[in-house]
Amino acid sequence: MNAMPNGAILSAAGIHKRFGALVVLDDIDFAMGADEAVGIVGPNGAGKTTLLSVLSGAYPPSAGTIAFKGGDVTALPATQRCRLGLVRTHQVPKPFGGMTAFENVFVAASHGAGLSRDEAYEEALGSLKLCGMLGVANRRAETLGLLDRKRLELARALAAKPTLLLLDEIGGGLTDGEAGELVETIRELRRRKIGIVWIEHIVHVLLQVAERLICMDAGKIIADGEPQAVMADPQVISAYLGGGPK
Amino acid sequence: MSAASPTIERGTAASRIAGVGVLAIILLLAVSPQFLSAGAVDRMTTLFIYVILAAMWNALAGFGGLVSVGQQVFFGLGAYFAIRLANAGLNPFVSLFVSAVIVGAVSWPISLFMLRLKNGEFAIGMWVIAALTHLLVNLDRLIQGETGTSLISLNVYDASTRRLTIYWLALASMTALLAILFGLLRGSTGAAIRAIRDNEDAAASVGVRVTGTKRLLFVLAAFGIGVAGALWLATSITFQPKTYFNVQWTAYMIFMVLVGGIGTFEGAILGALLFFLIETWFGGTGVWYLIGLGATALVFSLLLPRGLWGTLEERFGWRLLSVGYRVKLPPGPSNPTGEIASPLQTTNSREKA
Repeated sequence: MNAMPNGAILSAAGIHKRFGALVVLDDIDFAMGADEAVGIVGPNGAGKTTLLSVLSGAYPPSAGTIAFKGGDVTALPATQRCRLGLVRTHQVPKPFGGMTAFENVFVAASHGAGLSRDEAYEEALGSLKLCGMLGVANRRAETLGLLDRKRLELARALAAKPTLLLLDEIGGGLTDGEAGELVETIRELRRRKIGIVWIEHIVHVLLQVAERLICMDAGKIIADGEPQAVMADPQVISAYLGGGPK
Repeated sequence: MSAASPTIERGTAASRIAGVGVLAIILLLAVSPQFLSAGAVDRMTTLFIYVILAAMWNALAGFGGLVSVGQQVFFGLGAYFAIRLANAGLNPFVSLFVSAVIVGAVSWPISLFMLRLKNGEFAIGMWVIAALTHLLVNLDRLIQGETGTSLISLNVYDASTRRLTIYWLALASMTALLAILFGLLRGSTGAAIRAIRDNEDAAASVGVRVTGTKRLLFVLAAFGIGVAGALWLATSITFQPKTYFNVQWTAYMIFMVLVGGIGTFEGAILGALLFFLIETWFGGTGVWYLIGLGATALVFSLLLPRGLWGTLEERFGWRLLSVGYRVKLPPGPSNPTGEIASPLQTTNSREKA
């Protein structure tokens, strides 16, 4: 486990999350700097999305504290965390179905980033453009296919002007060409100094962006560090391939 | 950004004409008592009240996703507080509006616990609130249980003064409430309201204040329906709790909004007009009128689920009182008209990205 860096923008200590008797997160400690790009991998059910939900404020942890930009945000709802610059996307896209793609993104620019009308227009158009969605800007989100819905998730989160972006499997189901575009988009965000936490199953895509890799299994962080080293970790290999009967 | 950037369009040429048209209609309505019979003036007052009811329920359910079957609580309270205020010596016409303000104030604490409920729970919970409030109002000695009472102090005005004053008050209330609603829904709060309707979690995740925004809409709708209830009292003079706290009022609101087109500003107004016409033509046929209403609702929900205006809007792209946003791309070689949305172009723009 890495020592907690002093300049951490986001840190979580002793995070537990239980749903009834089910323990989904079991004593997670995690910290990252503002300029980091952290990948999270792990088998299904490891607790990755739950961790993202707890970090973003979708629901509170059962125990533990979360600090963002130097302040304790454990009790803050998602709305407030978003306004502070901690923004997530959803694994299963949650578009505003009855609104156009532009309107989806405009809501984030106007409320999440707190921009005036004209600034919000510009920010929303910029985000749509970056995600290659200007062409469908006037389509109602419920008429978009899965690929565009995932792009819309990213564009909408971006329009809220995050300092730290939590991405949940935005690359699932992409062709190689599409994945290449996505990597380019994420690299552009890195150039804009946006910190990234990215959960992804397609490891070779993730590793084109992530400088640090975390592997989770059964609610715990089992490896954390330089990506190649994490991928070679025997515990990680056993989590993915099964360690045989115990 | 350069001059060739996309621009945002709020209205079309048609919507600007529609705006002028709406103004003209309101001016025409303001002078029309000169030409209308006393009965027609009363009927028009009823229409204005229906428009208020439909617009408020549509804002709440169609834009905010807050489907309530208990909005009659605010209709009844609007009338009840007006009776109480007039009884305390306040001018009856002033009472109507002070009453609506009180209804808005009362709706705020109600929202504190009702807005925690979701979907069906909220819908039915509001009905429970309405039934409870009905019972509480019955306990008031002044109301004498279901016997009811009257807005006696209106009788100091002669019939025609009363009729005209109520007509203009109803017209002014309708105009003001529609203007407030349109302004709210067209602004960035309106975008937040629609976002909450479509996905509350996602709205929170992009910085929308979910509860506060819902509360604002809930209180505004309560106030508007309170105005409608108070105006109804002024037209009918008598107050019997079971008439005002009757769920039929919400049923009418739902009918108007579903037939007109839920979630469109124009739809609610059109629906109120349709309901008014059906009532005017067939209201005398007793039970057949109700069967007809039910059948109409059934046909619409099966064949035109988006309502009349929603269907027209989709088929012909009509947007008259639109609260939405349209992106207009700058004209270019691949895009001579500045219009977008062909799937083919989408693919192209993706490849370029």
